Amino acid sequence: MERMRTPYGRVAGLGSAKEGVQHWWMQRLTAVALIPLSLWFAISVAGVGGSYEAVHAWLRVPGPSILMILFLGSALYHAMLGVQVVLEDYVHCEKAKIASLVSLKLVTVLLAVAGIYAVLRVGFGG
Amino acid sequence: MTPVQRPLSPHLGIYKPQLTTVLSITHRATGIALSVGAVFLVWWLVALAYGPQSFAVPRAFFQSWIGVVFLLGWTFSLFFHLCNGIRHLFWDAGKGFDLKTTYASGWTVVAASVVLTAALWVFALGKGGF
Repeated sequence: MERMRTPYGRVAGLGSAKEGVQHWWMQRLTAVALIPLSLWFAISVAGVGGSYEAVHAWLRVPGPSILMILFLGSALYHAMLGVQVVLEDYVHCEKAKIASLVSLKLVTVLLAVAGIYAVLRVGFGG
Repeated sequence: MTPVQRPLSPHLGIYKPQLTTVLSITHRATGIALSVGAVFLVWWLVALAYGPQSFAVPRAFFQSWIGVVFLLGWTFSLFFHLCNGIRHLFWDAGKGFDLKTTYASGWTVVAASVVLTAALWVFALGKGGF
């Protein structure tokens, strides 16, 4: 197989879809990041108590703000990659597939911007 | 176009469920549940940024019985997906592929996710709940 590829193709390391292992690699990279981040998130939120005052006082501190933004970013990216594969597997109508994939990407960006903005707003005392 | 008459492979429903296949589909199902949970997390954070009155809406939801069921489901989904995800990372590294190890790691994932879910809820309720 390797001999059938052009020298440029070998160097670029990209497959016929021009993405190569990008999707697979980013899914693993975000997975590794989420091991500590999701544990931090679960333990912190479970321990904070649910009142507005308690959650606000906890999240406005720089450490939790930074970790929450990292958690949101990697969790949403990871979720987007995972749901993308589910859609590609189960949505067989080509039009519906493209529409759902485009919606997925746009909704993910919307959620990421909204979530990160909210954390910054709390952190900067809005 | 008339469909070609040819033998088809047996449908999924005919196979006996095994630990490996059940955990595989559960990994996907918990992943979808966590994606839905992420939407609720963003809702919770945006409501927090808006102020106490807005924050009361998601809080009331998470204190309702359906909210508690959702939170329990998400807690289990998080720990299952986390533990089984680590199992997947070992497979990605080419380790633990033989049948005996696959079953041992599978049952470890099941036990760990149940224990971690229970432990987190005991911890949360000890801290005064939500």
